[in-house]
Amino acid sequence: MTTKMLIQLKDVWKTYTMGENKLDVLKGINLDVREGDFIAILGPSGSGKSTLMNQVGALDTPTKGKIILAGRDIATLSESDLAKLRGQKIGFVFQQFNLIPTLTALENVTLPAIFQNMSEEQRIKRATKLLTMVGLGDRLHHKPTELSGGQQQRVAVARSLINNPGIILADEPTGNLDSISGKQVFAMLEKLHAEDKKTIVLITHDIHLAKTAPTIVYLKDGIIEKIEKNGKHHRP
Amino acid sequence: MKKDYITIPLKEIRRRKLRSWLTLIGIIIGIAAVVSLITLGSGLKNAIEGQFAALGNDKLFVSPKGNTFSPGLSIDAVSINDDDLKVVERVQGVRRATGFATTTGEVEFNDISRYFFVWGQSTDPEDRELIGESQNYKIGVGRVMEKGDENKVVLGWEHSQDTLFEKAVELGDNIVVQGKKLTVIGFLEKIGSPPDDRSVSIAIDTYEDLFETKGELGLLIVQTEPGEDIDVVADRVQKDLRKARGLAEGKEDFNVETPRQLGAAFTTILDILQVVLLGIAGISLLVGGINVMNTMYTSVLERTKQIGVMKALGARNRHILTLFVVESGLYGLGGGIIGAIIGIGFAKTVELLMQTFVGPAFLSISIDTSLVLGTLTFSFVVGCLSGIAPARQASKMSPVDALRYE
Repeated sequence: MTTKMLIQLKDVWKTYTMGENKLDVLKGINLDVREGDFIAILGPSGSGKSTLMNQVGALDTPTKGKIILAGRDIATLSESDLAKLRGQKIGFVFQQFNLIPTLTALENVTLPAIFQNMSEEQRIKRATKLLTMVGLGDRLHHKPTELSGGQQQRVAVARSLINNPGIILADEPTGNLDSISGKQVFAMLEKLHAEDKKTIVLITHDIHLAKTAPTIVYLKDGIIEKIEKNGKHHRP
Repeated sequence: MKKDYITIPLKEIRRRKLRSWLTLIGIIIGIAAVVSLITLGSGLKNAIEGQFAALGNDKLFVSPKGNTFSPGLSIDAVSINDDDLKVVERVQGVRRATGFATTTGEVEFNDISRYFFVWGQSTDPEDRELIGESQNYKIGVGRVMEKGDENKVVLGWEHSQDTLFEKAVELGDNIVVQGKKLTVIGFLEKIGSPPDDRSVSIAIDTYEDLFETKGELGLLIVQTEPGEDIDVVADRVQKDLRKARGLAEGKEDFNVETPRQLGAAFTTILDILQVVLLGIAGISLLVGGINVMNTMYTSVLERTKQIGVMKALGARNRHILTLFVVESGLYGLGGGIIGAIIGIGFAKTVELLMQTFVGPAFLSISIDTSLVLGTLTFSFVVGCLSGIAPARQASKMSPVDALRYE
């Protein structure tokens, strides 16, 4: 394989300590995310999906092991540099949409660009284009409460793209949506993968949704059970 | 700083209207108190300085020690008398000097008996003019006291109202002062202070008869020759009077004061009073600041998840810190603006009331732009400082923990 490595997890362990009890949530995860991948991480609740997402998204540091993001070991980065890198390289889409309630659709989409010091003119132009792309060109100045769940999630997708990141990390993006809105959002992710060559990491507990991804990572009890590619099975 | 770091917090403040108003109240009260106290204080100071400036820079006052320009309260054993007046009149650089005596006396009219300050003054026209200038007295109705007016009296403005004797005193009426019947020949213009507006002025000879004094004076008023340095003349008066009274230097039992010194004595008292009041206002501002801090802590807690989202989206610690400190500062600034408006409004109202009910010369307020700007800056800083601790807490949250918070 010659495609560029974007995120690499090497023997990642995550252990939570509660009083005297130690709980290993992730137990030696090895995972490569390469440019152009579309990976679905599938697992039941309690399997460590969210913890894994936090690791892949460089939101958290592992107890043991290494995470390489854009060629740099995140353990060596300062919090501030890590935040900057995260803002540039990864776009997040959350199950709860997580839009800022006081800001309009347009302002929500421009928010990550403010943190990257993009000029106002440029970010408004870009955000308008992205919102139009997700079909909300006529809802630019609506607050989240004035939008349906599906519309809010589309705003969130537009937001994830504002800094033109290579990777979209979507955590149960359809989990809070009705089936029609869910399909729309999922179709949007597929389109971003197919047409814009974005790398997609999808976290889900829905096997039907996961099956549509070219790569499926089965997670159970903090370990990767198997990785399925184009229907072929790979043992980790 | 980019304007986004102002507009985003502003939206947050406007979203929580009730809480924001409650948060502002403390700052509003504090700033309103500070602004109105300073404005009123300096207005009062202006008025006092204006009054003393109106005395002109050619007059000196000699009074018994322990009695700074408060006629009528001279219970001191020491007194100034006719002999002292003669000494002062001879001092080089003195154009003219006069004195007056004052004490509390019984005044009877309309079968009602009350006690007021009674002034015994010279009936010499030049002396009278000097006293009138130095005490800011002007005849409003009727005429001034002339020579031979031993059975006449000039009254303060309030006597012409029906507030003192249930019936207004009129020109030509007879009133009884210390048992002697006197005819009213004039009323002074309204001055604005009750002791002055209720005064009773009689000829010094009549005064000495009624109060059984001889030559005693409460205050000497000295006018210097044109072109003389008032401070130099004051020194000479002090020296000559000390010699005449047989006192050692530094052991004087009298004061020689210029209008400037008299004004300074008043303004010093006013300054002290103002510092005390500002201290109290400062406490309310401190409480206001703590209130803002409390709101910010609540706000940070409520928006934990939002902070996590922003961090996931690439916000660095300093971005979060800035957003929250600015939000807190905006509370301070908002409270400052409203407080300053209320404070100025309050001071203006007091000025209007004073001018309507007391007298025009009592208070003159001017709005000091640098005071307003200073106050607004201060309130913004108080807001920012109150927000620092909560904002630091917000900025230091780990993105994972913050995102997980519900």
